[in-house]
Amino acid sequence: MQCPKCHAPMHTYNRNGVQIEQCSGCRGIFLDYGELESLTRLEAQWGQQAPPPPAPPTAPQGYPAAPAPAWGAPHGGHHGHGDHYGHKRHKSFGHMLFSS
Amino acid sequence: MTVPVLAALADSARAVAHRRSGGACVCGDGGAVLADRADASVVRHGDVVAKAHAPDTDPAELAVRLDVAARLPGVLLAPSAPGATRLHGRLVTFWPHGTPVDRDDPDSAPWEAAGALLARLHAAPVPGTIPPMRGPAKAARAVARLRAAEPHPAAPPVLRAWAGLPPWARDEAAAPGPLALCHGDLHLGQLVRGPDGHWLLIDVDDLGMGDPAWDLARPAAWFACGLLSPREWTRFLDAYRDAGGPAVPAGAADPWPALDVPARALTVQTAALAISKAVAGRRALDEVEQALVDACARMSGVDVRPPELAPDATK
Repeated sequence: MQCPKCHAPMHTYNRNGVQIEQCSGCRGIFLDYGELESLTRLEAQWGQQAPPPPAPPTAPQGYPAAPAPAWGAPHGGHHGHGDHYGHKRHKSFGHMLFSS
Repeated sequence: MTVPVLAALADSARAVAHRRSGGACVCGDGGAVLADRADASVVRHGDVVAKAHAPDTDPAELAVRLDVAARLPGVLLAPSAPGATRLHGRLVTFWPHGTPVDRDDPDSAPWEAAGALLARLHAAPVPGTIPPMRGPAKAARAVARLRAAEPHPAAPPVLRAWAGLPPWARDEAAAPGPLALCHGDLHLGQLVRGPDGHWLLIDVDDLGMGDPAWDLARPAAWFACGLLSPREWTRFLDAYRDAGGPAVPAGAADPWPALDVPARALTVQTAALAISKAVAGRRALDEVEQALVDACARMSGVDVRPPELAPDATK
């Protein structure tokens, strides 16, 4: 993945189970959909020592409503460039969607 | 697969390709290896594809599956020759070459065709006795491979999700009815454009009688794990329903009571294979693989949804 600002390569780091991409050039950080919320939740857990209830799946905007299972990923993001699907979809399309 | 077997496979493909042209090869490109995995090796020559099936393939079951492929034109690619031949101890079949889905162009993926073809397959009359669809067996094999691999921190949530599935989805009991003719291993590599330009399903190795929801479950799992957008998932599912597919009730707004168990099983299967490959390759899980493991972890907190009443149970 390339930094959308300076186009330098971005590296993935794992912080408490949350994947964070950081640019090797400008040090900017890219958060996927839900990752900021995950970090905020971890911070709150650290303070309260009690897990808050999981956030309900948000209704996607601009997509047709499609029922999803309770164990599914929160579907979100927006139309346009750099959205959640565009990013993960292109990564998965090449191999995951073509293999047993 | 060993090089001599691949070479023999290429020779067979060339022989079949030129059976009607006096043996002279003007194809120019020689034999191209399309796949060489433990479960199958596929070589193309001209417009003929030769496939060496897995070493443990049952000849009688393969014969039935080939017969089904020959009987469903417009749904399954028909073999070029009836039956299988033996080559270096492997069963080999011959097929016309079809154009696969373009891996570099996600927007061209034939979601509507995939849904409609599955609907027609599931509604097809069943000719005689058909072996069981091998989807649950493949899922069980993936989990066995994960268990045999070195320990990995992502394995426990995947194994917990597997333990929460009903026995039939783990290949420990017969699938509950109503059963239909199923492909058993649907993904985008299982669609090709045939000679007349229409999309067809290929690879009958796992085809058989089973819960037709299993064939929708891999796209369902991709959607549930956030790898497939609601738009693409809806295109696929709507095409399946519009073509009269029996796996999900036509009138129900929510298809998940029918899809939940198979989609969990396919998520577990895909995550298990991803972890096994990551362990073997001594690499970290990528973002997509981690999304599958995360979904498995969430499954443990969510009970399996009760199955739908069978349509004829209310009559």
